Amino acid sequence: MGKDLSKIRNFCIIAHIDHGKSTLADRIIERTGLLTSREMQAQVLDNMDLERERGITIKAQTVRTVYHAKDGNEYVFNLIDTPGHVDFNYEVSRSLAACDGAILVVDASQGIEAQTLANVYLALDHDLEVFPVINKIDLPSADPEGVAHEIEDVIGIEAMDCPKISAKTGLNIDDVLEAVVEKIPCPKGDDEAPLSALIFDSLYDSYKGVIVFIRVMDGTIKPGMRIRMMATGAAFDVVETGYFGAGQFIPDPEGLSAGMVGYFTASIKNVQNTRVGDTVTEDRRPVSKPLPGYKAVQPMVFSGLYPADGAHYDDLKDALEKLKLNDASLFYEPETSVALGFGFRCGFLGLLHLEIIEERLEREYNLDLVTTAPSVVYRIHKTDGATVELTNPTNMPDPSEIDYMEEPVVAAEIIVTSEFIGNIMDLCQERRGNYKSIEYIEAKRALLKYELPLNEIIYDFYDALKSRSRGYASFDYELAGYQKSELVKLDILVNHEEIDALSFIVFAGSAYERGRKMCEKLKAEIPRHLFEIPIQAAIGSKIIARETVKAVRKDVLAKCYGGDITRKKKLLEKQKEGKKRMRTFGNVEIPQSAFMSVLKLDDE
Amino acid sequence: MEELELYVHVPFCVKKCRYCDFYSGPASKEVQEAYIETLLEEIRSCPFGQNENERVVSVYFGGGTPSILPEEALIKVLSGLREQFRFDENPEITVECNPGTVALKKLKAYREAGVNRLSFGLQSVRNDVLKTIGRIHTYEEFLESFHAARGAGFTNLSVDLIQGLPGDTPETFQNGLKTVLALRPEHLSVYSLILEENTEFYALHEAGKLLLPTEEEEREMAHAAVRILEDAGYGQYEISNFALPGFRSVHNTGYWTGVPYLGFGSAAASFYGGKRFRNALSLQYLDLPYEETEELSEEDRMNEFMMLGLRMNDGVSDRAFREKFGRSFYEFKGSSLRKLTEEGLLESIKKPDGNDTVRLTSYGRDLANYAFREFV
Repeated sequence: MGKDLSKIRNFCIIAHIDHGKSTLADRIIERTGLLTSREMQAQVLDNMDLERERGITIKAQTVRTVYHAKDGNEYVFNLIDTPGHVDFNYEVSRSLAACDGAILVVDASQGIEAQTLANVYLALDHDLEVFPVINKIDLPSADPEGVAHEIEDVIGIEAMDCPKISAKTGLNIDDVLEAVVEKIPCPKGDDEAPLSALIFDSLYDSYKGVIVFIRVMDGTIKPGMRIRMMATGAAFDVVETGYFGAGQFIPDPEGLSAGMVGYFTASIKNVQNTRVGDTVTEDRRPVSKPLPGYKAVQPMVFSGLYPADGAHYDDLKDALEKLKLNDASLFYEPETSVALGFGFRCGFLGLLHLEIIEERLEREYNLDLVTTAPSVVYRIHKTDGATVELTNPTNMPDPSEIDYMEEPVVAAEIIVTSEFIGNIMDLCQERRGNYKSIEYIEAKRALLKYELPLNEIIYDFYDALKSRSRGYASFDYELAGYQKSELVKLDILVNHEEIDALSFIVFAGSAYERGRKMCEKLKAEIPRHLFEIPIQAAIGSKIIARETVKAVRKDVLAKCYGGDITRKKKLLEKQKEGKKRMRTFGNVEIPQSAFMSVLKLDDE
Repeated sequence: MEELELYVHVPFCVKKCRYCDFYSGPASKEVQEAYIETLLEEIRSCPFGQNENERVVSVYFGGGTPSILPEEALIKVLSGLREQFRFDENPEITVECNPGTVALKKLKAYREAGVNRLSFGLQSVRNDVLKTIGRIHTYEEFLESFHAARGAGFTNLSVDLIQGLPGDTPETFQNGLKTVLALRPEHLSVYSLILEENTEFYALHEAGKLLLPTEEEEREMAHAAVRILEDAGYGQYEISNFALPGFRSVHNTGYWTGVPYLGFGSAAASFYGGKRFRNALSLQYLDLPYEETEELSEEDRMNEFMMLGLRMNDGVSDRAFREKFGRSFYEFKGSSLRKLTEEGLLESIKKPDGNDTVRLTSYGRDLANYAFREFV
């Protein structure tokens, strides 16, 4: 089964966060009957706990189901899941490249959001057939007609007769399944041609090695075949091929032929050799050129990760190694901080990626971490003509050696309702945005385009955007090169000692404001000690801001009689425990939370 | 002879004060009567404190407001205690009194029953402040009760004051203190206001609706209190306690020096046989298991000896520590003692015979928790 290409549909679902992608995927899997309702977990596709909690699909996953259509035929549906966050744009594009069509899910009361638009354009760029589905029509605020008009006006695809559903209640799901059969084209390809297959994801399994997720474009991949990864040049012998069940892998020794989606294993030791976007070909009979669109993933955000207790350095190292097995975009190398001791400089796709890794390290590996301020990659052009890429502010050369510096910028698209346009433009202005354009996509909503420095958006831009638009703004961006910029290194001194882990690079014009806010934040985070603690922000030897943590004057339990002793002791023990969770710098104790809190500086 | 102390908790009051987190509240006459029966039953069946050589050196009726009970009820409980335990020749017997709840007749009855010390919860001499904090009495009513106590023959009276109350300034506080001193009570407790969770004051403070003196002003009050009281002949013997010579509270001193105590009544705590335990916070506490049960290890006991001992101005002597635990406190916590000394919280008085004493400095009493955290 499945060799008849006309009975295969390879597609994905694209949607803004919370518009119901995972719920719709669940319903499709349920209706196609491969799973009993007992097997159904709330969200089958999101199988990492963390993903379920955040409601975001982090790693693309795929399910093959069988649909008995109204025309009496059985169709194989390969539903390819896509990550739903701007940090994972490249992964999204590779998942899309594995599909022939896409379902666009739009919330019947929210309408089109920036991320929807970005993903639709991405899908159209990949020549995917896109058909819309309007979801959540069971909500009181639903306006399916209005949203259908919006889809037609903004995206220019037919939407009036599209399925209008409630994925939650299961209403009209059959319309979606029929539309998949009717509207999504079947795959094409030549079984006999040289093998070319696109890698769109991979997963490390401790028994089988890396499980590589592929879409075969041409040719056939079979167990025993020697294959080669075209970008990395690594060659392997295929051990197993198969399909994706729901939450399990179903081997098929027949192999995968043109048009099919599935997996193979080849005793591959780590995911470094199976880059998303790479082309798999036959070693003996390779294709002349790889499939288009491959990019080596570049981390955009760097941060130092340190064990809170230096004795756990090796545990952190092991944990990072294990995570790296499954996450080719995670980068790390050892580094040393005067303040924090031994740790790692890690590179991430974005702040969400950082937070996810941090949480997994803490949750799955039980590590207590201190994370330093995230930094983007700056380019330093030195007076001697050399160019240095700077990922750790501590390594910034002496200003006398610097000719000029460059910082990465992104092209950002923000969709916002008209009443908040002013707020959002102010925000972009404050974040050194370069205004590009504004266009109204409907009467009350506009698409704003800005060029923004990456270091202005990685920390709390998304939060600020949400709070200044009461949640109505949505946002998407992609890297758009480097620009020359006036940048300085801001150092933080606590009790006259420089805390290297708190240093960061900042636009010279924002340094004063940033330094002041940093000092204020730290003042709130650092508990009072027996002595007064000055907190200073400095550029070089020049102090630009100062706050003081006053010495504690009173800390005494006035009453301690017979009935009080046990409870008062508990209280003192708790306070003592709290102190243990702090790092000592000189004679000042700084809580771990201080290192991250200084990033959230937008107080509005 | 082994010393033993007894505590009786009376969880009733006319009205709950707004800063109070004790187990207490208003109750009907019937509820109070039933409670007295429970108390007597508990006392009669108490398995502890029955050794031949144990002697009760102090009894303390605390609350709540013990003086709210009819005098017969309280005396019945005291008699119950006398029947069950061996009393020392001249034990200290204290009753906490709320001004306005004690008439001369009641005080005389107490006196006859052997009560020899009264502790008045005055808190402030300013009627506006008393009202703010939810006290039921005025300063004038306190005066009346105080004079009545003298009239009934009491020669050991204590007065509680609170510093740092809303509406107080260092000046008004000092004036209030001097007003009370003119009455020459034998003992004074001056407490720093503590905002305990689960009190009305705590909630108000969290909501930013409580105008309290600043920390600097509060400490100014504390320091002034020590100065004024010392000048008037009242020695500070504990963080919040002052007494004329010979009038330190025997009962409370016992808590800080490791004397065993048995508590009766709901929420009352006991320390006996190396264990600390507390009756349940319920009027039917006898039907419920103990709470906060704590079996103290040797290390716990050493830590407590230091922590509680340091509350006292006398401090802790190495000889007493060695007698109890067979080793020097330097051996036990030398580095902590050195650190605290370097930080100026602690001072040690070196003796040629090796019997060093450590005690908190005046600065250390402001920041006593810093020192105490070394001993938990």
